[in-house]
Amino acid sequence: MKPRILWISGISCYGNVHSFLTYTNIDIFLDDFEFIYHPVLDSTYTLTQIVEDVKGCDILLIDGAVADDFMRADKSIKNIIQKYASVVNKIITVGTCATFGGIFQHSSYTGASGVHFKADELQSDFLHLRHKTISISGCPIQPEILVNTLYEIKNNMDIKLDSFLRPKEYFGYTIHNGCTRNEYFEYKVDNHNFGELEGCLYYDYGCQAPYSSGSCNKILWNEVNSKTRSGSPCFGCTEYTFPKIGLFETKKNMGIPENLPLGVPKRAYITIAGVAKAFKIDRLNKKLM
Amino acid sequence: MPHKKQTKKELIIQAALELFALKGFYTTTIPDIASALKMSVGNMYNYFKSKDMLAKEIIKYISIYLGSKLQAINEEPITTKEKTKKIVQMYFETASNRPEMIDYFLRVYLSNREVFKDGCEGMACVSEFVTEVMIYFEEGVKSGELRDQDFFSAFGLFMGYLGGMVFLNGEKILPNELSFYIDDISENIYNALKK
Repeated sequence: MKPRILWISGISCYGNVHSFLTYTNIDIFLDDFEFIYHPVLDSTYTLTQIVEDVKGCDILLIDGAVADDFMRADKSIKNIIQKYASVVNKIITVGTCATFGGIFQHSSYTGASGVHFKADELQSDFLHLRHKTISISGCPIQPEILVNTLYEIKNNMDIKLDSFLRPKEYFGYTIHNGCTRNEYFEYKVDNHNFGELEGCLYYDYGCQAPYSSGSCNKILWNEVNSKTRSGSPCFGCTEYTFPKIGLFETKKNMGIPENLPLGVPKRAYITIAGVAKAFKIDRLNKKLM
Repeated sequence: MPHKKQTKKELIIQAALELFALKGFYTTTIPDIASALKMSVGNMYNYFKSKDMLAKEIIKYISIYLGSKLQAINEEPITTKEKTKKIVQMYFETASNRPEMIDYFLRVYLSNREVFKDGCEGMACVSEFVTEVMIYFEEGVKSGELRDQDFFSAFGLFMGYLGGMVFLNGEKILPNELSFYIDDISENIYNALKK
Protein backbone atom coordinates (compact mmCIF):
# COMPACT_ATOMS: atom_id res chain seq x y z
CA MET A 1 0.00 0.00 0.00
CA LYS A 2 1.25 3.46 -0.85
CA PRO A 3 1.92 5.74 2.12
CA ARG A 4 -0.92 8.25 2.37
CA ILE A 5 0.10 11.88 2.72
CA LEU A 6 -1.90 14.91 3.81
CA TRP A 7 -0.38 18.26 2.83
CA ILE A 8 -2.01 21.02 4.83
CA SER A 9 -1.04 24.67 4.53
CA GLY A 10 -1.00 27.12 7.41
CA ILE A 11 -0.18 30.78 6.86
CA SER A 12 1.71 30.28 3.66
CA CYS A 13 2.77 31.88 0.39
CA TYR A 14 2.67 28.42 -1.26
CA GLY A 15 6.33 28.71 -2.16
CA ASN A 16 6.98 25.24 -0.77
CA VAL A 17 4.02 23.82 -2.68
CA HIS A 18 5.46 25.17 -5.91
CA SER A 19 9.02 24.21 -5.09
CA PHE A 20 7.85 20.63 -4.55
CA LEU A 21 6.36 20.64 -8.06
CA THR A 22 9.81 21.25 -9.53
CA TYR A 23 10.98 17.84 -8.34
CA THR A 24 12.35 16.24 -11.48
CA ASN A 25 10.85 12.76 -11.01
CA ILE A 26 7.52 13.76 -9.57
CA ASP A 27 5.73 11.16 -11.73
CA ILE A 28 7.71 8.36 -10.08
CA PHE A 29 7.07 9.89 -6.67
CA LEU A 30 3.32 10.01 -7.31
CA ASP A 31 3.39 6.32 -8.27
CA ASP A 32 4.87 5.53 -4.84
CA PHE A 33 2.82 7.85 -2.59
CA GLU A 34 -0.81 8.92 -2.42
CA PHE A 35 -1.87 12.46 -1.55
CA ILE A 36 -5.14 12.25 0.29
CA TYR A 37 -4.99 16.04 -0.04
CA HIS A 38 -2.54 18.44 -1.65
CA PRO A 39 -3.28 22.14 -2.25
CA VAL A 40 -2.70 21.99 -6.03
CA LEU A 41 -2.33 18.35 -7.10
CA ASP A 42 -5.25 15.99 -7.81
CA SER A 43 -6.04 14.37 -4.48
CA THR A 44 -8.29 11.68 -3.03
CA TYR A 45 -10.34 14.16 -0.99
CA THR A 46 -11.23 17.83 -1.05
CA LEU A 47 -10.11 20.08 1.78
CA THR A 48 -13.70 20.24 3.08
CA GLN A 49 -13.84 16.45 3.25
CA ILE A 50 -10.44 16.34 4.96
CA VAL A 51 -11.56 18.62 7.80
CA GLU A 52 -15.02 17.05 8.20
CA ASP A 53 -13.67 13.88 9.79
CA VAL A 54 -10.27 12.28 10.06
CA LYS A 55 -9.34 10.15 7.06
CA GLY A 56 -6.78 7.36 7.04
CA CYS A 57 -3.33 8.95 6.75
CA ASP A 58 0.30 7.99 7.34
CA ILE A 59 2.29 11.19 6.98
CA LEU A 60 1.22 14.75 7.75
CA LEU A 61 3.00 17.56 5.91
CA ILE A 62 2.48 21.06 7.26
CA ASP A 63 3.72 24.11 5.42
CA GLY A 64 3.29 27.70 6.58
CA ALA A 65 3.13 29.15 10.06
CA VAL A 66 0.36 28.23 12.50
CA ALA A 67 -1.72 30.50 14.74
CA ASP A 68 -4.69 30.16 17.08
CA ASP A 69 -6.96 32.22 14.82
CA PHE A 70 -5.90 30.84 11.44
CA MET A 71 -8.53 28.69 9.74
CA ARG A 72 -8.65 26.25 6.83
CA ALA A 73 -12.11 25.35 5.51
CA ASP A 74 -13.55 27.15 8.55
CA LYS A 75 -11.64 24.91 10.95
CA SER A 76 -8.76 25.95 13.17
CA ILE A 77 -5.43 24.91 11.62
CA LYS A 78 -4.23 23.83 15.06
CA ASN A 79 -7.26 21.56 15.49
CA ILE A 80 -6.74 20.00 12.06
CA ILE A 81 -3.10 19.31 12.96
CA GLN A 82 -4.02 17.86 16.38
CA LYS A 83 -6.59 15.50 14.86
CA TYR A 84 -4.41 14.14 12.05
CA ALA A 85 -1.29 14.10 14.22
CA SER A 86 -2.90 11.44 16.38
CA VAL A 87 -3.31 9.01 13.44
CA VAL A 88 -0.14 9.55 11.42
CA ASN A 89 3.25 7.94 11.97
CA LYS A 90 5.26 10.99 10.99
CA ILE A 91 4.82 14.72 10.72
CA ILE A 92 7.01 16.91 8.55
CA THR A 93 7.13 20.66 8.93
CA VAL A 94 7.77 21.79 5.38
CA GLY A 95 9.70 25.03 5.07
CA THR A 96 10.99 27.72 7.42
CA CYS A 97 7.54 29.13 8.31
CA ALA A 98 6.24 25.75 9.51
CA THR A 99 9.53 25.08 11.28
CA PHE A 100 10.46 28.44 12.84
CA GLY A 101 7.61 30.81 11.96
CA GLY A 102 9.65 32.42 9.15
CA ILE A 103 8.27 35.63 7.70
CA PHE A 104 4.69 34.82 8.78
CA GLN A 105 5.55 34.84 12.46
CA HIS A 106 5.42 38.61 11.90
CA SER A 107 1.88 38.46 10.43
CA SER A 108 -1.16 39.83 12.24
CA TYR A 109 -2.41 36.38 13.31
CA THR A 110 -2.33 35.75 17.04
CA GLY A 111 0.89 34.15 18.21
CA ALA A 112 1.89 32.97 14.72
CA SER A 113 4.83 30.57 14.93
CA GLY A 114 6.26 27.38 13.54
CA VAL A 115 4.75 24.10 14.73
CA HIS A 116 7.45 23.56 17.36
CA PHE A 117 9.48 26.78 17.32
CA LYS A 118 9.03 30.52 17.14
CA ALA A 119 12.50 31.45 15.95
CA ASP A 120 14.58 29.32 18.36
CA GLU A 121 12.02 29.28 21.19
CA LEU A 122 10.33 25.96 21.75
CA GLN A 123 6.52 26.21 21.65
CA SER A 124 4.25 24.22 23.92
CA ASP A 125 1.12 23.43 21.85
CA PHE A 126 2.54 20.43 20.03
CA LEU A 127 5.20 19.25 22.47
CA HIS A 128 3.62 15.77 22.54
CA LEU A 129 4.24 15.49 18.77
CA ARG A 130 7.96 16.24 18.81
CA HIS A 131 8.94 12.60 18.83
CA LYS A 132 7.26 12.01 15.48
CA THR A 133 8.21 15.30 13.79
CA ILE A 134 10.90 15.96 11.21
CA SER A 135 11.59 19.56 10.17
CA ILE A 136 12.73 20.54 6.73
CA SER A 137 13.53 24.22 6.77
CA GLY A 138 14.16 26.43 3.75
CA CYS A 139 12.39 29.25 2.00
CA PRO A 140 11.42 27.39 0.00
CA ILE A 141 12.41 23.81 0.73
CA GLN A 142 14.61 21.91 -1.65
CA PRO A 143 12.19 19.37 -3.17
CA GLU A 144 14.81 16.59 -3.18
CA ILE A 145 15.19 16.87 0.60
CA LEU A 146 11.45 16.50 1.14
CA VAL A 147 11.13 13.63 -1.34
CA ASN A 148 14.22 11.80 -0.06
CA THR A 149 12.97 12.14 3.52
CA LEU A 150 9.58 10.74 2.53
CA TYR A 151 11.27 7.72 0.92
CA GLU A 152 13.40 7.29 4.05
CA ILE A 153 10.20 7.23 6.11
CA LYS A 154 8.60 4.80 3.65
CA ASN A 155 11.62 2.50 3.98
CA ASN A 156 11.67 2.76 7.79
CA MET A 157 15.15 4.20 7.77
CA ASP A 158 16.72 5.69 10.89
CA ILE A 159 16.75 9.44 10.31
CA LYS A 160 19.17 11.30 12.56
CA LEU A 161 17.94 14.78 13.52
CA ASP A 162 19.56 17.95 14.81
CA SER A 163 18.23 20.00 17.74
CA PHE A 164 15.66 21.67 15.45
CA LEU A 165 14.49 18.22 14.27
CA ARG A 166 16.12 18.63 10.86
CA PRO A 167 17.70 15.60 9.18
CA LYS A 168 21.45 15.77 9.74
CA GLU A 169 21.98 14.15 6.38
CA TYR A 170 20.95 17.46 4.80
CA PHE A 171 21.34 20.00 7.59
CA GLY A 172 24.53 18.71 9.23
CA TYR A 173 26.51 20.77 6.70
CA THR A 174 26.71 24.47 6.10
CA ILE A 175 25.64 25.81 2.73
CA HIS A 176 29.24 26.96 2.34
CA ASN A 177 30.07 23.26 1.89
CA GLY A 178 30.32 22.65 -1.84
CA CYS A 179 30.30 26.32 -2.81
CA THR A 180 32.35 26.86 -5.95
CA ARG A 181 33.75 30.06 -4.41
CA ASN A 182 35.52 28.31 -1.55
CA GLU A 183 38.97 29.15 -2.86
CA TYR A 184 38.03 32.84 -2.83
CA PHE A 185 36.79 32.45 0.73
CA GLU A 186 39.97 30.67 1.83
CA TYR A 187 42.26 33.35 0.42
CA LYS A 188 39.89 36.22 1.27
CA VAL A 189 39.42 37.44 -2.26
CA ASP A 190 36.30 39.55 -1.83
CA ASN A 191 36.21 41.57 -5.02
CA HIS A 192 32.92 40.32 -6.35
CA ASN A 193 30.27 41.81 -8.57
CA PHE A 194 26.78 40.35 -8.34
CA GLY A 195 26.22 37.61 -10.87
CA GLU A 196 29.90 37.15 -11.67
CA LEU A 197 31.81 33.92 -11.22
CA GLU A 198 34.70 35.35 -9.24
CA GLY A 199 35.08 36.42 -5.64
CA CYS A 200 33.62 35.49 -2.28
CA LEU A 201 30.36 37.08 -1.13
CA TYR A 202 30.82 36.51 2.60
CA TYR A 203 32.86 39.52 3.64
CA ASP A 204 31.04 42.31 1.84
CA TYR A 205 27.89 41.00 0.20
CA GLY A 206 25.93 39.44 3.04
CA CYS A 207 26.48 35.76 2.22
CA GLN A 208 25.27 33.67 5.17
CA ALA A 209 26.39 30.31 3.77
CA PRO A 210 29.30 29.82 6.24
CA TYR A 211 26.88 29.84 9.17
CA SER A 212 23.66 28.46 7.67
CA SER A 213 22.76 24.78 7.59
CA GLY A 214 21.66 23.12 4.41
CA SER A 215 22.60 21.33 1.22
CA CYS A 216 22.09 23.98 -1.48
CA ASN A 217 25.62 23.50 -2.80
CA LYS A 218 25.47 19.69 -2.66
CA ILE A 219 21.95 19.19 -4.03
CA LEU A 220 21.72 21.84 -6.71
CA TRP A 221 18.48 23.67 -7.41
CA ASN A 222 16.79 22.32 -10.54
CA GLU A 223 19.89 20.11 -10.71
CA VAL A 224 21.75 23.12 -12.06
CA ASN A 225 22.77 25.86 -9.66
CA SER A 226 22.69 27.52 -6.28
CA LYS A 227 22.48 31.13 -5.12
CA THR A 228 26.14 31.40 -4.27
CA ARG A 229 27.32 29.59 -7.37
CA SER A 230 25.34 32.00 -9.53
CA GLY A 231 26.79 35.05 -7.77
CA SER A 232 24.14 35.98 -5.23
CA PRO A 233 24.55 35.70 -1.46
CA CYS A 234 22.95 32.94 0.61
CA PHE A 235 20.12 34.52 2.65
CA GLY A 236 20.27 31.93 5.42
CA CYS A 237 16.68 30.89 4.70
CA THR A 238 17.03 27.57 6.51
CA GLU A 239 17.74 29.20 9.87
CA TYR A 240 15.51 30.44 12.66
CA THR A 241 16.97 33.91 12.17
CA PHE A 242 15.36 34.18 8.72
CA PRO A 243 14.35 36.65 7.41
CA LYS A 244 16.88 39.32 8.24
CA ILE A 245 17.14 42.80 6.80
CA GLY A 246 20.03 44.05 4.67
CA LEU A 247 20.45 40.74 2.87
CA PHE A 248 23.01 42.07 0.40
CA GLU A 249 25.49 43.49 2.85
CA THR A 250 27.64 42.02 5.61
CA LYS A 251 27.21 43.61 9.00
CA LYS A 252 30.68 44.33 10.34
CA ASN A 253 32.13 45.94 13.42
CA MET A 254 35.34 47.78 12.56
CA GLY A 255 35.96 45.34 9.73
CA ILE A 256 35.09 42.10 11.52
CA PRO A 257 31.93 40.32 10.34
CA GLU A 258 29.31 40.18 13.10
CA ASN A 259 28.42 36.59 12.17
CA LEU A 260 31.46 34.37 11.80
CA PRO A 261 31.62 30.97 10.09
CA LEU A 262 29.82 28.40 12.22
CA GLY A 263 31.83 27.36 15.29
CA VAL A 264 34.93 29.37 14.33
CA PRO A 265 36.24 31.44 17.28
CA LYS A 266 36.82 35.12 16.60
CA ARG A 267 40.57 34.94 17.23
CA ALA A 268 40.91 32.01 14.86
CA TYR A 269 38.97 33.76 12.12
CA ILE A 270 40.88 37.03 12.42
CA THR A 271 44.25 35.30 12.51
CA ILE A 272 43.57 33.10 9.50
CA ALA A 273 41.92 35.91 7.53
CA GLY A 274 44.83 38.24 8.31
CA VAL A 275 47.41 35.73 7.15
CA ALA A 276 45.42 34.82 4.02
CA LYS A 277 44.99 38.49 3.11
CA ALA A 278 48.74 39.05 3.37
CA PHE A 279 49.25 36.98 0.24
CA LYS A 280 48.03 38.03 -3.17
CA ILE A 281 47.12 35.02 -5.26
CA ASP A 282 47.25 36.25 -8.84
CA ARG A 283 45.10 33.46 -10.25
CA LEU A 284 42.25 34.35 -7.92
CA ASN A 285 42.39 38.01 -8.82
CA LYS A 286 41.85 37.43 -12.52
CA LYS A 287 38.66 36.79 -14.48
CA LEU A 288 38.07 33.08 -14.91
CA MET A 289 37.13 33.45 -18.54
CA MET B 1 60.22 21.84 20.08
CA PRO B 2 62.08 20.57 23.18
CA HIS B 3 61.90 23.02 26.10
CA LYS B 4 65.67 23.44 26.32
CA LYS B 5 66.00 24.39 22.68
CA GLN B 6 63.10 26.83 23.00
CA THR B 7 64.72 28.50 26.03
CA LYS B 8 68.00 28.83 24.13
CA LYS B 9 66.15 30.36 21.18
CA GLU B 10 64.60 32.93 23.47
CA LEU B 11 68.03 33.76 24.92
CA ILE B 12 69.35 34.31 21.41
CA ILE B 13 66.38 36.51 20.55
CA GLN B 14 66.88 38.61 23.68
CA ALA B 15 70.63 39.00 23.04
CA ALA B 16 69.99 39.90 19.41
CA LEU B 17 67.35 42.45 20.40
CA GLU B 18 69.74 44.15 22.79
CA LEU B 19 72.54 44.23 20.23
CA PHE B 20 70.26 45.55 17.48
CA ALA B 21 69.14 48.34 19.81
CA LEU B 22 72.74 49.15 20.73
CA LYS B 23 74.58 48.77 17.40
CA GLY B 24 71.81 48.81 14.81
CA PHE B 25 70.36 45.95 12.82
CA TYR B 26 72.68 46.00 9.81
CA THR B 27 75.93 46.37 11.71
CA THR B 28 75.16 43.54 14.13
CA THR B 29 76.34 40.18 12.85
CA ILE B 30 75.57 36.61 13.79
CA PRO B 31 79.11 36.23 15.25
CA ASP B 32 78.39 39.32 17.44
CA ILE B 33 75.29 37.65 18.83
CA ALA B 34 77.07 34.32 19.29
CA SER B 35 79.90 36.05 21.10
CA ALA B 36 77.50 37.88 23.43
CA LEU B 37 76.09 34.51 24.43
CA LYS B 38 79.46 32.77 24.52
CA MET B 39 78.25 30.37 21.85
CA SER B 40 80.06 29.16 18.78
CA VAL B 41 78.87 30.63 15.49
CA GLY B 42 78.31 27.08 14.24
CA ASN B 43 75.99 26.34 17.12
CA MET B 44 74.09 29.59 16.49
CA TYR B 45 73.24 28.33 13.03
CA ASN B 46 71.60 25.28 14.61
CA TYR B 47 68.98 27.69 15.90
CA PHE B 48 68.73 30.25 13.12
CA LYS B 49 69.95 29.60 9.61
CA SER B 50 70.44 33.28 8.79
CA LYS B 51 70.12 36.75 10.22
CA ASP B 52 66.99 37.33 8.12
CA MET B 53 65.41 34.23 9.61
CA LEU B 54 66.32 35.45 13.09
CA ALA B 55 64.81 38.83 12.24
CA LYS B 56 61.49 37.20 11.33
CA GLU B 57 61.48 35.03 14.44
CA ILE B 58 62.11 38.10 16.57
CA ILE B 59 59.13 39.99 15.21
CA LYS B 60 56.91 36.93 15.75
CA TYR B 61 58.25 36.69 19.31
CA ILE B 62 57.39 40.35 19.97
CA SER B 63 53.97 39.92 18.39
CA ILE B 64 53.20 36.96 20.65
CA TYR B 65 54.51 38.84 23.69
CA LEU B 66 52.42 41.96 23.06
CA GLY B 67 49.46 39.92 21.74
CA SER B 68 49.21 37.88 24.94
CA LYS B 69 49.28 41.05 27.06
CA LEU B 70 46.57 42.60 24.89
CA GLN B 71 44.49 39.43 25.03
CA ALA B 72 44.56 39.55 28.83
CA ILE B 73 43.25 43.12 28.69
CA ASN B 74 40.62 42.23 26.09
CA GLU B 75 39.34 39.44 28.29
CA GLU B 76 38.85 41.67 31.33
CA PRO B 77 35.21 42.56 32.05
CA ILE B 78 35.81 46.30 31.76
CA THR B 79 34.68 49.11 29.47
CA THR B 80 36.48 49.98 26.26
CA LYS B 81 37.48 53.27 27.85
CA GLU B 82 39.22 51.36 30.64
CA LYS B 83 40.78 48.96 28.14
CA THR B 84 42.13 51.92 26.16
CA LYS B 85 44.01 53.18 29.19
CA LYS B 86 45.31 49.72 30.06
CA ILE B 87 46.60 49.20 26.52
CA VAL B 88 48.42 52.55 26.54
CA GLN B 89 49.83 51.72 29.95
CA MET B 90 50.95 48.26 28.85
CA TYR B 91 52.59 49.60 25.69
CA PHE B 92 54.47 52.34 27.54
CA GLU B 93 55.52 49.95 30.30
CA THR B 94 56.91 47.58 27.69
CA ALA B 95 58.69 50.49 26.02
CA SER B 96 60.21 51.48 29.40
CA ASN B 97 61.05 48.02 30.74
CA ARG B 98 61.96 46.29 27.49
CA PRO B 99 62.80 49.21 25.18
CA GLU B 100 64.67 46.93 22.80
CA MET B 101 61.39 45.25 21.90
CA ILE B 102 59.49 48.35 20.83
CA ASP B 103 62.68 49.72 19.31
CA TYR B 104 62.94 46.64 17.13
CA PHE B 105 59.32 46.93 16.11
CA LEU B 106 59.68 50.58 15.09
CA ARG B 107 63.24 50.75 13.82
CA VAL B 108 63.82 47.32 12.33
CA TYR B 109 60.47 45.78 11.41
CA LEU B 110 58.71 48.89 10.12
CA SER B 111 61.83 50.45 8.58
CA ASN B 112 63.38 47.47 6.79
CA ARG B 113 60.48 45.85 4.95
CA GLU B 114 62.84 44.20 2.45
CA VAL B 115 64.11 41.89 5.22
CA PHE B 116 60.57 40.69 5.89
CA LYS B 117 59.18 40.44 2.38
CA ASP B 118 59.41 36.63 2.19
CA GLY B 119 57.55 34.92 5.00
CA CYS B 120 56.29 38.04 6.74
CA GLU B 121 54.00 39.36 4.02
CA GLY B 122 51.46 41.93 5.11
CA MET B 123 50.82 41.41 8.78
CA ALA B 124 51.53 37.67 8.76
CA CYS B 125 54.30 37.91 11.37
CA VAL B 126 52.46 40.27 13.69
CA SER B 127 49.10 38.55 13.52
CA GLU B 128 48.81 37.82 17.27
CA PHE B 129 49.22 41.49 18.07
CA VAL B 130 47.01 42.80 15.24
CA THR B 131 44.30 40.20 16.02
CA GLU B 132 44.00 41.51 19.57
CA VAL B 133 43.89 45.13 18.39
CA MET B 134 41.09 44.13 16.01
CA ILE B 135 39.19 42.43 18.82
CA TYR B 136 39.60 45.52 21.02
CA PHE B 137 38.10 47.67 18.24
CA GLU B 138 35.37 45.18 17.33
CA GLU B 139 34.21 44.73 20.89
CA GLY B 140 34.26 48.49 21.39
CA VAL B 141 31.97 48.98 18.41
CA LYS B 142 29.73 46.10 19.46
CA SER B 143 29.34 47.51 22.96
CA GLY B 144 28.33 50.86 21.48
CA GLU B 145 31.32 52.77 22.82
CA LEU B 146 33.35 53.15 19.64
CA ARG B 147 32.35 54.50 16.25
CA ASP B 148 32.36 51.99 13.41
CA GLN B 149 34.97 52.92 10.83
CA ASP B 150 37.64 51.44 8.60
CA PHE B 151 40.02 49.34 10.68
CA PHE B 152 43.19 50.98 9.41
CA SER B 153 41.92 54.50 10.13
CA ALA B 154 41.52 53.49 13.75
CA PHE B 155 44.62 51.29 13.87
CA GLY B 156 46.82 54.07 12.46
CA LEU B 157 45.47 56.56 14.96
CA PHE B 158 46.07 54.29 17.94
CA MET B 159 49.37 52.66 17.05
CA GLY B 160 50.80 55.62 15.18
CA TYR B 161 50.25 57.80 18.24
CA LEU B 162 51.83 55.29 20.64
CA GLY B 163 54.71 54.56 18.29
CA GLY B 164 55.34 58.28 17.84
CA MET B 165 55.51 58.89 21.59
CA VAL B 166 57.89 55.96 22.12
CA PHE B 167 60.04 57.25 19.26
CA LEU B 168 60.20 60.74 20.82
CA ASN B 169 61.06 59.15 24.14
CA GLY B 170 63.84 57.12 22.53
CA GLU B 171 65.23 60.30 20.98
CA LYS B 172 65.20 61.89 24.47
CA ILE B 173 62.92 64.64 23.25
CA LEU B 174 60.14 64.14 25.77
CA PRO B 175 60.58 66.24 28.92
CA ASN B 176 58.82 63.60 31.05
CA GLU B 177 58.76 59.85 31.50
CA LEU B 178 56.33 57.96 29.25
CA SER B 179 54.12 57.14 32.25
CA PHE B 180 53.46 60.88 32.67
CA TYR B 181 51.47 60.89 29.42
CA ILE B 182 49.28 57.81 29.98
CA ASP B 183 46.15 59.63 31.18
CA ASP B 184 46.15 62.33 28.50
CA ILE B 185 46.98 59.99 25.66
CA SER B 186 44.37 57.44 26.71
CA GLU B 187 41.80 60.23 26.85
CA ASN B 188 42.85 61.58 23.46
CA ILE B 189 42.66 58.17 21.79
CA TYR B 190 39.33 57.34 23.35
CA ASN B 191 37.85 60.70 22.39
CA ALA B 192 39.02 60.23 18.83
CA LEU B 193 37.54 56.76 18.55
CA LYS B 194 34.37 57.03 20.60
CA LYS B 195 30.92 57.17 19.06
